[in-house]
Amino acid sequence: MSATTPERVYAELTKGIWRENPIFVQVLGMCPTLAVTNSVMNAIAMGVATFFVLVGSSLLVSLLRRLIPREVRISTYIIIIATFVTLADSALEALVPAVHKELGAFIALIVVNCLILGRQEAFASRNPPLLALADAIGMGLGFCIALLCLGGTREILGAGSFLGVSLFGPNFEPWVIMVLPPGGFLMLGAVLLLFAVLRQRKRRPKEVGA
Amino acid sequence: MTTGQGRLLLQAAPFLRRGITTPRLMTEVIIGMGPVMLAAMYFFGLSALLVMLAGVAGAVAAEWAFGKARPRGASLRDGSAILTGLVLALTLPPGIPLWMAFLGGAVGLALGKSAMGGLGQNMFNPALVGRAFIQAAFPSVLTTWSAQGNINSFFTIRASNFALPFMHPAADAVATATPLGLMKFERQSTDLLHLLLGNTAGSLGETCALVILICGVIMAIRRVFDWRIPASILLTVAVVSTIVWLVDSSRYPAPWFMLCSGGLLFGAVYMATDPVTSPITPRGAWIFGAGVGVIVVLIRLWGGLPEGVMYAILLMNAATPLIDRVSQPRPFGRGRVAA
Repeated sequence: MSATTPERVYAELTKGIWRENPIFVQVLGMCPTLAVTNSVMNAIAMGVATFFVLVGSSLLVSLLRRLIPREVRISTYIIIIATFVTLADSALEALVPAVHKELGAFIALIVVNCLILGRQEAFASRNPPLLALADAIGMGLGFCIALLCLGGTREILGAGSFLGVSLFGPNFEPWVIMVLPPGGFLMLGAVLLLFAVLRQRKRRPKEVGA
Repeated sequence: MTTGQGRLLLQAAPFLRRGITTPRLMTEVIIGMGPVMLAAMYFFGLSALLVMLAGVAGAVAAEWAFGKARPRGASLRDGSAILTGLVLALTLPPGIPLWMAFLGGAVGLALGKSAMGGLGQNMFNPALVGRAFIQAAFPSVLTTWSAQGNINSFFTIRASNFALPFMHPAADAVATATPLGLMKFERQSTDLLHLLLGNTAGSLGETCALVILICGVIMAIRRVFDWRIPASILLTVAVVSTIVWLVDSSRYPAPWFMLCSGGLLFGAVYMATDPVTSPITPRGAWIFGAGVGVIVVLIRLWGGLPEGVMYAILLMNAATPLIDRVSQPRPFGRGRVAA
């Protein structure tokens, strides 16, 4: 099951980006996805923090996988994840205090992001460190890409800017709803629809492509 | 459904049909809305026509785009998309940029109807979904009411209609307040005669109470919709606001003002009666209407917004499946206990 060949590592690395994308395909980790993607900067900060926590805890869980007793594995994962979240929290507070303030409790809530816990239970605890690392990097990248898609469209429509740079000039009429929580739901639904259509077209090019 | 070599004809219920098809019903409603559209053009000039065209274009475009993905294909022929666009446009202010009206029609149809599975499956009135979206996305535009022109300025189109996509409209020089806005924020009532004849500011289709009333009565007699729903809404608003008015007539508006102002009549006749999103049982129709009426009065008198018809109808749309379930008529011959 866990033969570490280069092909296998590559497969684990790429699956999270598209085929098993944590947000667009698995629909995991919806809480940060909906809550903090109202601007590109917030999306990047949340994506990077989650990426760091996911990669760190996957590696550690994989290294410790033979030592963790089955009965208490979930609580052990949580402690490992919480350690990395604390690191990420402090790092963000020191480096980008403004963004840290805006993200607020959502940084601490990375602990309960089901994407991270899911990867530990489903993958890192059953595979050697190199594969776990590849899986975590792929999933983390997929998560970042998805957050950027949402954050980008919501900031462009909701504020007329990208990363704070105004795109349309002063006469832009912002779509207020896009930076509010309903905008997150609407945009996520639209993006999920788009990806479902793309996947369907890929699978049955003749039937659907009308 | 026939068996027995033509001697015994077995047929499943229903046995009595009225022969009404969806396209015919939609056409009847659109014709029934004709006078309201004409009144809108009389009061607001060509701007009204342009906004209506933009709303219909948005709705039809979305119906076509999303209909392609459905197994049965787009259902443009039944006219429901056109009706949705028209109803939406008639609830918009005359000075709204056309791109917003188009967007509202498209979002209303895509989100309110296609995403739910098409005509007959939608939970919320698509036109109101579109309007709620515009209200949430562009609150400032939907609270800017440009004043009426007169018949001489029919061809003068409001400059704000032509704001470029994604840009906000130029400030309208003759912006004014609706009767409900005046009542809410300045405690100033409007003449009943002005409300009846439509000589006030407001959404395209809502200003002229008399035209809507006449169209509503004719459509109810032709049984285009269930007369119980508008009757129940108006009756509830009348009763509740009379009670409130009798308690303190200096603070609260008179019941006739409540009935004739804002979008109440338009909403009661053209939106609450949507057969897909309102209860099908007679008792359910009364409950539905009473709920809408109570919420309208609550929002208007004690809420933050001057007008609440849109949210009242949307909220009761959400309650419709439940109302249908509790208001099922008792089958003939069954005891009350068994139900």
